[in-house]
Amino acid sequence: MIVFGYRLPGMSSLIVWGLLWELVGRLKLTFFVPPLSEVVATLYTVIGTAAFQKALAETAYAFLAGVGFAIIIGIPVGILMGKNRLLDELLLPWVNVFLSAPLTALVPVLMVLFGFGMKAIIITTTLFGIWIIILNSRAGVKQINRSLVEMAHSFGASPVDAFFKIYFWAALPEILGGVRIGIIRAVKGVIIGQLLISIVGFGALFELYSANFLMGHFWAVLIVLFALAFTISEFLAYLERRVSYYAAKR
Amino acid sequence: MPNRSLLLKILSAVILFGAWEIAGRVPVSFAFPTFLESMAALVRMTADGTIFTAYAETLKPLIVGVAISTVLGIAIGLWVGLSQFFDWLFSPIFIVMQAAPLAALIPLLVLAYGIGLTSKVLVVCIMAMPVIVLNTSSAVRNTPESMKEMGRAFLASDTAIVLKIIIPAASPVIFAGLRLGISAGFIGAILSELKITPTGVGDIITYSRSIADYPSMYAAIFSIILLAVLFLNLLEKIEVVLFKGNQRGYVSD
Amino acid sequence: MVMSQTKAAFGQAEPADYESAVSARNISKNYGAVEALRDLSLEFPRGQLTSLLGPSGCGKTTLLKIIAGLLQPSAGEVEVNGHTVTGPGPDRAFVFQDFALLPWATVMRNVAFGLEMRGVAKSEREGIAAKYIAEVGLSGFEHSYPHELSGGMRQRVGLARALSVDAQVLLMDEPFSAVDEQTRRKFQEDLLALVQHENKTFIFVTHSIEEAVYVSDQIAILLPRPSRVSEIIRPSSFRSKGVDNIRRDPEYLDIVDQIWASLRSYVE
Ligand SMILES: Nc1ncnc2c1ncn2[C@@H]1O[C@H](COP(=O)(O)OP(=O)(O)OP(=O)(O)O)[C@@H](O)[C@H]1O
Ligand SMILES: [Mg+2]
Repeated sequence: MIVFGYRLPGMSSLIVWGLLWELVGRLKLTFFVPPLSEVVATLYTVIGTAAFQKALAETAYAFLAGVGFAIIIGIPVGILMGKNRLLDELLLPWVNVFLSAPLTALVPVLMVLFGFGMKAIIITTTLFGIWIIILNSRAGVKQINRSLVEMAHSFGASPVDAFFKIYFWAALPEILGGVRIGIIRAVKGVIIGQLLISIVGFGALFELYSANFLMGHFWAVLIVLFALAFTISEFLAYLERRVSYYAAKR
Repeated sequence: MPNRSLLLKILSAVILFGAWEIAGRVPVSFAFPTFLESMAALVRMTADGTIFTAYAETLKPLIVGVAISTVLGIAIGLWVGLSQFFDWLFSPIFIVMQAAPLAALIPLLVLAYGIGLTSKVLVVCIMAMPVIVLNTSSAVRNTPESMKEMGRAFLASDTAIVLKIIIPAASPVIFAGLRLGISAGFIGAILSELKITPTGVGDIITYSRSIADYPSMYAAIFSIILLAVLFLNLLEKIEVVLFKGNQRGYVSD
Repeated sequence: MVMSQTKAAFGQAEPADYESAVSARNISKNYGAVEALRDLSLEFPRGQLTSLLGPSGCGKTTLLKIIAGLLQPSAGEVEVNGHTVTGPGPDRAFVFQDFALLPWATVMRNVAFGLEMRGVAKSEREGIAAKYIAEVGLSGFEHSYPHELSGGMRQRVGLARALSVDAQVLLMDEPFSAVDEQTRRKFQEDLLALVQHENKTFIFVTHSIEEAVYVSDQIAILLPRPSRVSEIIRPSSFRSKGVDNIRRDPEYLDIVDQIWASLRSYVE
């Protein structure tokens, strides 16, 4: 958007929305929307509280563990599927099913199988993130130039060498693309898991706030969460752009 | 072998359901029924009609929410894609929404709108809308410049360019966004039934868990996943038929 | 003043008694800091084919789009039949380098698009479109979609679309760049016939020296950015000798050599 020859920065309209929020809050149109300034003030106090820090730490732990599993399992499975036709044909239908399945429905199963705790949340997070990682790693391997593979064979690379030195690197841009989307989904997964298993992390915090009608606190935590999620997604997009230069040159 | 792919699909289903059956028989957990038990429960629920009444309930917020998101999402998306000002104004909101765990809004929605249909519809909407808006606006923005130029060269009015060039050119991507939106809508619909008030399929899941009737619980979950996957696959098939060759047509060689 | 500049630039062109269908006067065009055209003037005789020839990126497409009214020049003006161009008009039709066909529309609808935009009734415009589809040799493909056609066939759809609106001036941006050599030669012959039979003014952009010399009544050689007309060449004698003999004609070969000599210094 260009105004008087000056290019407004991309996200600058959020300031307008912030002002609108402040206005709605000041006018006391609804009890559920306190003014932004109030929320920001609350934000500072909330961040200092032990409850918030505990929730953040628990969420970070569940998120990192969940994403970790999704990556560690997802990438090799995807690469193997890309290399082995039989495995691919056996697994691909299920990967596609879980990719589009409403995974929220599985959370109750995880709850009864793994208990109302961290374990179930971590698995939920993994389940949200892993399928797209598998699918993209597979696609990455599938598009590898045949002559690259033949080159490796002609220089006598062992299968293990070929796996780590050729397939992984040649498919890296697609893999990273998958990891980025997987992580964004995992962010949603970890929150959904906590909402349904509401005795840990932000799930517990939300219960506390809504039981006490602490609107300012609620919005403050939402702002933190959304800002974190947005930062993660932008950072990953930045990383992806960094590698895309060589993707174009393959 | 002509039917290798079909055979392998069946084989892979047999392996997965077989593993489920065996794991249930071991059993890996007291809360893990066998595949056959779960299917029996599903047949029972279908026979006595429980499942149909449940779906009538579950699909209500889903359909209403998806309908609202579709109409509103495409309208906003077109608007944002066509006007620089609205792009500047609205895009950041939807980009943040797309990245953010919007499920966190549910407790707030419940406080504001209670535990009725409104809240559930809103949950479906906030899940489904961002991707519809973003897909629509980027599809509109990415209409090949040469096609718009062609329109102008042959004296198309602005309205004609939007109606006869931009919208048809964007429709495959819009449709794909719709499919993603509906997929997210399913997540939202079930989430709201599990989190807000147990109704419909969410009720079967919650209730049978509380009385430890695990086969019924698994059957309900199986059915909703099956329904969602079948429906989304159907949409994908429609997409392929509807927009056959549409994307390939942009190639210039 | 226009003519004097032209005369100063080259020796060959006779101070023609041709009537100009299109005149570009002192056109400059800047894209931000990039100066694509500077003070370019050129006359396009009615009923003839003028080629714009020049190295890649020298501004041929830019000039063509300015004439079409798709781009506004930074300075200068274009006149078509005595009227200053302010935007696209019914007197000009464009053949796009990348065809710009609507992938969701059949050949018939694509060809009739220009007429549709002019508000011609469906049955009438389909009648006209069918005639031009036949003329470019695509009868039987009326109900095919662009992705079912080869590159050369798509190009012919673009050509039929431009012909069907019956504009006096046809603007063709590298129309034959995407087809194989045989098809290209066929198209070139067809184009010559078209110029002869239709009393239209053709403005033709190409990269190929041979092609330019083969099809043109007048060749304008553009220099790299910021682009001006450096030379205007009017092949005179071989056009009448029949399409089959042109490529063997000494004048044809001389002109090709001469153009290459003047362009080679701009190619590293
Ligand atoms: N939209 C644009 N924005 C900025 N610069 C442009 C734009 N279009 C063209 N240019 C610049 O103007 C110059 C002329 O471009 P133009 O497309 O007219 O060249 P051309 O002679 O048609 O080249 P080619 O033979 O490769 O098609 C180029 O150097 C290009 O960099
Ligand atoms: Mg060009």
